[in-house]
Amino acid sequence: MTVGLPHYLVLAAMLFAAGIITVLTRRHAIGILMGIELMLNAANLNLVAFNRFSAVGKLDGQVFALFVIVIAAAEAAVALAIFLNFYNNFATVDVDQGNELKG
Amino acid sequence: MAAALFYIFAAITLVGAIGVVMAKHIVHAAVQLLVALLGMAGLYFLLDAEFLAAAQLVIYVGGTLVLIIFGVMLTSHLGTRLMRVGPGETAIAVLTGLGLLAAIVTAIIHTRFPTPPPSVEPDVTRRLGVSLLGDYLVPFEIASVLMLAVMIGAAYLARRRPKDAA
Repeated sequence: MTVGLPHYLVLAAMLFAAGIITVLTRRHAIGILMGIELMLNAANLNLVAFNRFSAVGKLDGQVFALFVIVIAAAEAAVALAIFLNFYNNFATVDVDQGNELKG
Repeated sequence: MAAALFYIFAAITLVGAIGVVMAKHIVHAAVQLLVALLGMAGLYFLLDAEFLAAAQLVIYVGGTLVLIIFGVMLTSHLGTRLMRVGPGETAIAVLTGLGLLAAIVTAIIHTRFPTPPPSVEPDVTRRLGVSLLGDYLVPFEIASVLMLAVMIGAAYLARRRPKDAA
């Protein structure tokens, strides 16, 4: 059986579901960031697979995926800076403790 | 051969992803994320995206993941306290994730995708470079400005303030 586009799409869906569950079940801020990275990777896999199987002769999907990787790195850098700041102020990275603005 | 490699890399990626979900300790989750990202790089190779696979290894595995592990080390004298939501919320989260998965898989099964003959594309990396400096020049430049803003912003946010500021 040859491996086609649906195989990659199902795999990406599984990765995305794993990312969603990670984000929803963790209270550790960096754990949530890991879930987001998983979801971004799932989207990237979709982009590259579609580029490979249904856009013959074009590379737009790969360029998009490259931008996603770059922006994910930028997002991780800013998120970790915010977490360090949060840690300095609250001495924890539990996102449930960051409820200063709660009315 | 390609099919066997796909299943191997897919298994590596899924094991890593499930490990991220299940890991008790945040450092273990980071290691599992490393496994998942390595599997993704293999899948990019299989999809004829060599440059992207290399970029995945260099930027994600070499950059983002190191950053995440640094973040874990700088913010954890907390020991191994389990930071997860309660059982009820966990059940809702798992149901949400599995429901979404079922919906997407159903959509994929019922969609008829066009199947052009898969062609081996020569010199992907050169064409990627040409399109980055051609059709995608403006997004490319915006990305570089974004990187500058991120560099300054991250350094500003993470700096150590004098204590009397509070």
